[in-house]
Amino acid sequence: MALVEIRDVYKSFRRDTQAVDVYTGLTVDFEEGSFTALMGPSGSGKSTLLNLVAGLDKPTSGIVRVGGAEVSRMNTSQLATWRSRTIGFVFQSYNLLPVLTAQQNVELPLLLTNLNKRDRAERVAIALGVVGLSDRLEHYPRQLSGGQEQRVSIARAIVADPQLILLDEPTGQLDAKSSEEVLTLLQRLNDEFNKTIIVVTHDAKAAERAKTVLHLDKGVLVERQAMQGAHG
Amino acid sequence: MKFFPLVLSNLMRHKLRTTLTILSIALALFLFASLRTVVTQLEISSQLGAANRMIVQNATAFIFPLPQSYATRLATIPHVTGVTWANWFGGKYGDGRKFFGPLAVDPASYLEIYKNDFLVQSDQKEAFLRERTAVIVGQGLLKAFGWKIGDNVTLQGTIYPGDWTFTIRGTYSLKETAYGDEQFLFHYDYLYERVKDNVSPGWFILRIDDPARSGVVAKSIDDSFRNSPAPTKTGTEQAFSAGFMTMFGNIQLLMGTIGMAVVFAILLIAANAMLMNQRERSSEVAVLKTVGFTDRTIFSLVIVEAAFMALTGAALGLGLAIILPKATHFNAFGFLPGFHVTSGTVMVGAGIALLLSVLSGFTPAYQAARMPVVQALRRVE
Amino acid sequence: MKIPLIYNVRSVLQRPVSTAFTALGIALVVAVFVAMLALANGFASALTKTGGDDNILVMRKGADSELSSAIARADANIIASFPQVAMGADGKPLVSPETYVVINLPRKGVDTTAIANVVIRGVSQRAFEVRKNIKMTGRTFASGQSEVCIGEKLVARYRNTAIGEKLRFAGRDWTVVCQFSAAGSSFESEVWGEAEQFQGAMRGGSTYSTVTFRMKDPAGFEEAKRALQGDQRLQVDAHLESTYYADQSKAVGAMLNFLAIMITSIMSVGAIFGAVNTMYASISSRTPEIAVLLTLGFKPRNVLLSFLAESAVIAFAGGVLGCLIALPINGVVTSTTNWSSFSEIAFAFRVTPTLLLSGVVFAVVMGVVGGFFPARKASRMPVVQALR
Repeated sequence: MALVEIRDVYKSFRRDTQAVDVYTGLTVDFEEGSFTALMGPSGSGKSTLLNLVAGLDKPTSGIVRVGGAEVSRMNTSQLATWRSRTIGFVFQSYNLLPVLTAQQNVELPLLLTNLNKRDRAERVAIALGVVGLSDRLEHYPRQLSGGQEQRVSIARAIVADPQLILLDEPTGQLDAKSSEEVLTLLQRLNDEFNKTIIVVTHDAKAAERAKTVLHLDKGVLVERQAMQGAHG
Repeated sequence: MKFFPLVLSNLMRHKLRTTLTILSIALALFLFASLRTVVTQLEISSQLGAANRMIVQNATAFIFPLPQSYATRLATIPHVTGVTWANWFGGKYGDGRKFFGPLAVDPASYLEIYKNDFLVQSDQKEAFLRERTAVIVGQGLLKAFGWKIGDNVTLQGTIYPGDWTFTIRGTYSLKETAYGDEQFLFHYDYLYERVKDNVSPGWFILRIDDPARSGVVAKSIDDSFRNSPAPTKTGTEQAFSAGFMTMFGNIQLLMGTIGMAVVFAILLIAANAMLMNQRERSSEVAVLKTVGFTDRTIFSLVIVEAAFMALTGAALGLGLAIILPKATHFNAFGFLPGFHVTSGTVMVGAGIALLLSVLSGFTPAYQAARMPVVQALRRVE
Repeated sequence: MKIPLIYNVRSVLQRPVSTAFTALGIALVVAVFVAMLALANGFASALTKTGGDDNILVMRKGADSELSSAIARADANIIASFPQVAMGADGKPLVSPETYVVINLPRKGVDTTAIANVVIRGVSQRAFEVRKNIKMTGRTFASGQSEVCIGEKLVARYRNTAIGEKLRFAGRDWTVVCQFSAAGSSFESEVWGEAEQFQGAMRGGSTYSTVTFRMKDPAGFEEAKRALQGDQRLQVDAHLESTYYADQSKAVGAMLNFLAIMITSIMSVGAIFGAVNTMYASISSRTPEIAVLLTLGFKPRNVLLSFLAESAVIAFAGGVLGCLIALPINGVVTSTTNWSSFSEIAFAFRVTPTLLLSGVVFAVVMGVVGGFFPARKASRMPVVQALR
């Protein structure tokens, strides 16, 4: 059984008076331990797919299942709890809370667990260690570079040890060098820690690092491409 | 003004914020105007009285009476053209919950001296004068107790014990509302015939021929009674009213301080709203500037927006302050008859609103006008 | 609290001006609230403290104040002989027949129009025993002499009230021989002297105004009242002394309370509107942050509480500041008129800990009310749109 199962999903938005269909019966699986890049032109429904998997958005009809749990059936409160344990989310614009330090930002998801202060500090230290920012604990977001901010946000995504990490254009605002660092980090998370990763991107360089690339166009899966050689 | 649609659309952007800001300004000005009216009303009351009337009281204290025989002696003092007297009766009606102050007066001379202030229809006046137990009652009191002309009403005396029954024979209307429409005037003789030697006039009211001589008159009266058993204290009716009003305590200071606090509090609220508006709009200001709006135009746009809120709020608040007491016949439990917002208060309120526009709009307007375009546009991204 | 308060505190500090304005607005409302209730409080407490729970005040039947009451000397003697009257250490009844008049005294200062009516209470030496809590400095007035004892609140306000000075009223010079305090009660705004002297100088005849006595049985008021009012020889009403004075404060006290509540409730609506504006603005500028919190798995309830707490914290700061602004008014002496005797009573503003606490609670309530709708909006924010 795949970790993420999307079955016959319909999704339409209402834009003013006009209904816009994003998907008309999309079915796709993401296996455990997979590293998938979602590509496609603007409006092809890449980000919506990520939102559906994270339970941030609901399908008009159809089923979204993650780890056997039916995301599309949960209520807001159940979703919140489930999300805090199962999903790590990374945004294009990092979205760190500007008034909190790197350490405090990363600690946020752990506040939803029963861990005590010392355990939390330990987990935060590990997560920031993984992303290579152990020396930036007390820095505020504005004191970090874009690449560093994005790594903090990845640390925040992995600190609660979720199975699934979702990334929405994680390199969209980064220069080439920082992008490299972030992508290498993602590969490590996939290889060493066996995290399942779904990344939405329009950057071909980023897609090269994935094991699988899915091409979406107008809400339809047009191509599945297995990447060879990227993983040694 | 051709920019008006622009100002209007800015105001409409945060409808809730605009509404709440206008409403807080309205509430504050309502409060301010009402508090100031308490003060102006006290001032009116403390200047109450005709310049040609004087009051003679017992020098020891106003609770002590004066001998009846003083009436004839007072009439002989130069410049005095009329003498009447009154006595505080102190009675309650029904459950005694509503306070009013019945006065025993010498009917003919009292109505004569107050003929320009208490206006009584001539047939009612005659009926009142004819009958020893008759009483003239203010319209307000008539309404408050649901009495009608011709009714017999019985008061319980507090100073003069027992039940006292009167027949209402007339009402008066007022030229100056601050005199109050809750007076209860009855025949001094009615009181005298029942309690005899236990009553004598509480105070005398004199009419003089020349208001400029009031000081001389007061001195000659007080001098002539100085060594008698009941020395007098004479002053103008206005001084008497002013003295009475001082008994409330320092209300001016109290109301003034609260009024300041209220005005300052809204200034904060209004200024805050304008600052928030401007902070959120820096990008649009930049766009306007790129289109070619001058700094000065931008500055005025913001000030006009602030002025719109302040003046709308002021109009609402002051309007409410004017209408509400009229609609509810508010008179501060009878202490402030004729409660009304003076034009002076409206002017001060409008002045505050203008000041508010400038003060609350200035900083954001200045910031907007001085904002460098490039920096503002960068913030848009 | 799942979302750390430090997040709110730091966010608030990002907008210092806006936050300070909001808090200051609330502070002003709280300051007015505390000050006005301190006024009402001080007035009520001056009169409720006047008179004892175990004293009975006897007045002429139908009289509504001590001023309009009169009791003949013979009747006063009858009252003193009632079995309900407590005995002093010397075996004599604890009774004080008193004369009560109000006179004009010259005030310190320059305002010549201001009427200063002061209660002149003629008492016997017994009065100082019948009334508890009276502390005297100087010697008591001697019988048969024109000597008086001055309530301590009058001293700073009226001329010639220091011990040894001569106070002139009712055509005589009275030597001030003592001053007394009475636990902040309205007795402190009175001049006391020998009843017989005042009768001679002012009322004529030998009639008293009232008779006050200590009850033998402190709980025996109803019984004593029945006995006094039922006695064929007397035409009197009996009042519990403490209740009588407390009732005199009711009208003015109610008016002061009404004013305080009306003014502060109108002001507080304005302040709440201010808080609503601030919180909405703050939330709309933090839309992405709220979306992140929701994405991370915080529940809408957590977000709601977090923003409510933020608003409450701002208001709390305002409340504390408001209390600090109002605090110096504590103890300031002001005066108004006791309308049942037309005499001036001086009293001090009373800022009590309870009052301060209610000021702070009032502030927090304003914050929570003002923060509620914005906070609810934040918690219901659709994540997907907020992230866009």
